Amino acid sequence: MRVMAQIAMVMNLDKCIGCHTCSVTCKQTWTNRGGVEYAWFNNVETRPGQGYPRRWQDQDTWQGGWRRNRRGRLRLASGGRWHRLSRIFANPRLPTITDYYEPWTYDYRTLTDAPLGDDIPVARPRSLLTGKPMEITWSSNWDDDLGGTGELGHLDPMVARTREKVADRIRFEFEQTFMFYLPRICEHCLNPSCVSACPSGAMYKRVEDGIVLVDQDGCRGWRMCVTACPYKKVYFNHKTGKAEKCTMCYPRIEVGLPTVCSETCVGRLRYLGVLLYDADAVLAAASVENEHDLYPAQLGVFLDPEDPAVRRAAEAAGITHDWIEAARRSPVRTLIAEYRVALPLHPEFRTMPMVWYIPPLSPVVDALTSTGHDGEDAGNLFGAIDTLRVPLEYLAELFTAGDPAPVRAALERLAAMRSYMRAINLDEEPDEAIPARVGLTGTQVRDLYRLLAIAKYDERYVIPTAAIGDAARLEESALPDGCSLDFAGGPGMGGSGPFGEASGRPVPVSVENFHALRDRGTADRPADTAGPGARVNLLNWDGNGRPAGLFPPHDEARRDDPGETDR
Amino acid sequence: MNTMLWAVLPYLSLVVLIGGTVWRHRYDRFGWTTRSSQLYESRLLRVGSPLFHYGLLFVVAGHVVGLLVPQSWTNAVGVGEHAYHVAATALGLAAAAATIAGIVLLIRRRRTTGPVFLATTRNDKLMYLFLAGTILAGTAATLWNTVGPHEHNYRETISPWFRSLSYLRPRTELMARAPITYQVHVVLAMLLFALFPFTRLVHAFSAPVGYLFRPYVVYRSRDARPPGAGEPRPGWEPVDR
Repeated sequence: MRVMAQIAMVMNLDKCIGCHTCSVTCKQTWTNRGGVEYAWFNNVETRPGQGYPRRWQDQDTWQGGWRRNRRGRLRLASGGRWHRLSRIFANPRLPTITDYYEPWTYDYRTLTDAPLGDDIPVARPRSLLTGKPMEITWSSNWDDDLGGTGELGHLDPMVARTREKVADRIRFEFEQTFMFYLPRICEHCLNPSCVSACPSGAMYKRVEDGIVLVDQDGCRGWRMCVTACPYKKVYFNHKTGKAEKCTMCYPRIEVGLPTVCSETCVGRLRYLGVLLYDADAVLAAASVENEHDLYPAQLGVFLDPEDPAVRRAAEAAGITHDWIEAARRSPVRTLIAEYRVALPLHPEFRTMPMVWYIPPLSPVVDALTSTGHDGEDAGNLFGAIDTLRVPLEYLAELFTAGDPAPVRAALERLAAMRSYMRAINLDEEPDEAIPARVGLTGTQVRDLYRLLAIAKYDERYVIPTAAIGDAARLEESALPDGCSLDFAGGPGMGGSGPFGEASGRPVPVSVENFHALRDRGTADRPADTAGPGARVNLLNWDGNGRPAGLFPPHDEARRDDPGETDR
Repeated sequence: MNTMLWAVLPYLSLVVLIGGTVWRHRYDRFGWTTRSSQLYESRLLRVGSPLFHYGLLFVVAGHVVGLLVPQSWTNAVGVGEHAYHVAATALGLAAAAATIAGIVLLIRRRRTTGPVFLATTRNDKLMYLFLAGTILAGTAATLWNTVGPHEHNYRETISPWFRSLSYLRPRTELMARAPITYQVHVVLAMLLFALFPFTRLVHAFSAPVGYLFRPYVVYRSRDARPPGAGEPRPGWEPVDR
């Protein structure tokens, strides 16, 4: 067992209103630069729809993710190592800019500079690639709110796949259509295919928190990661020639803040937390034969931080105490492993994604109510899940490789929560049989309700900082390596090493403190200022007297300096 | 003049090539990339780029054999002068044809595809001039001196001169005897090598051979050094007080 920690996210699709605030704030933070105008580290898609880039889920075209070969081993869908290196000169499966969309700006200047005339001046769109006027024909959310889906909905690869199984369940006629929003970021997978495809080794998964990043100095622009990522969440910066991707806002995560998309989420639907997993078990779990087993296999990779053996192993693996504690309080672990209401996005890509989704339930309640039924009655709700307006089969194609059972189970738990909590709201006696039917207790349902509906900030985001575990190291770094007066010609300048100034290595502050403190206990002087190279260390200066060296020596020459007296 | 061209310039270009590459690696690792334009245009690139690069790989291999293997060695294994030249010319011209077809396609694409042309820097244009010039001059020299009217055995002039560079005793008189067409090719090539580290051509030095031998998933630790410790990165030194 090799315990590793992963920062993971869960999104509650029931609460997503498709406002794109996450996308906009993410863009303002990370991709408001030339070269990535077209890139959205976070985007919100309307499902059903083609998505962004167009038809990204269609791996027959894009060849992202992993495939299991006949011998049961995983191979990148875009081919083995030799195969892909032989195609390094022109990546045959790279989406072109038109698959994302051609970025544009508007000719704003004509609004103010146009000569006086009868017509109102308009700002025409101009391409950011060619600078020429262009027609806008596609963008990152062109089919927002089912725009055009009535005619083009069949281009959604998941619609096509659902129709192969249940032909009559997906209709785009106005009265029968359905939709929900799907916000997407990088999945920070446990078995990342982008990392595995990078010829330069510039992409990596961070040991401490599992965040997948691109080393901008190491990237050579081979573009293999763009193809290999089945979620198409690695973007090629066409100005710098480097790959860029969602960073999970690691500078914020490191100091315990949620990502920008989570922080600004209007619906408060995102959850962030730590998951412990067994890194040795990942490959076997990703290689299970039946695609339907991928979701349970991934659940099996996660470790329970309540288990003392796991905690011991985690500490042995160098995971700090506050991370283990955070894993115990992790809302993400609660939703994924304990209540099992969250499901992975496209487990069949075999990358072990780590951004999970709670499937949407809402429309069923409205649908039931409008037909004269009690929308929140448990019996009605459970029965209605199979005839949901959002077809179970479609959700299953997204979240469980086509197996409707786990989706139904998750939706039943959500339905049970609604029904149970309604009784409490109406001051009725809650029926304990309802949670029992979905394998929960009343207390658990109340906890789930608190987490999903009340959704307090500090319960949604349980993020251990990178700093506490590193406090000792940071203590060193907070202080400069040398004395601040120790510059060439400065008052503190003195030989520190055997070969004169700045030779040798600086003594770590903690070592110096140790010696000074020991010295204080044994010496009869206020502080050791006599030793070779000694300096006054204010951290353990005991306040007795004014040891020599506390202030720089008086410089007689400087007194005549007019600049000095003027001050 | 002979000394200048055949004794000074080779070493000069070598020094610039090595020194420039080290400098670029130290100070501009961020700019060290293929700067691919495939995102803008894929159809022509998918034909032109492999044609050019694979052609060039064969051309480079041919140069290694032609310049580094002495004539006496091939004679010793029983490959006669005539047989060698027929084989070398046939293979070389095939590789040259692929390379030239590739680079013509690529330059044409670069000129005619709007976004690609806009992304082309002056540096790129200069580089293309020398790259295409060197390739064309080399092909012309081969055609002129082996297939064409003048027979010239470069393995008696250019190759010994090239090898003499490596033991620091350049035999400039050999190069002076070579036909002007070859001389032009060699001078252009030396200038191209000097230009190499300062253009996008550096991506050739990061051919990802290591990929074949590493594990699939790469793990790295968060920056091992605490912030503020150690030497600052080049360009990020604190300002003098």
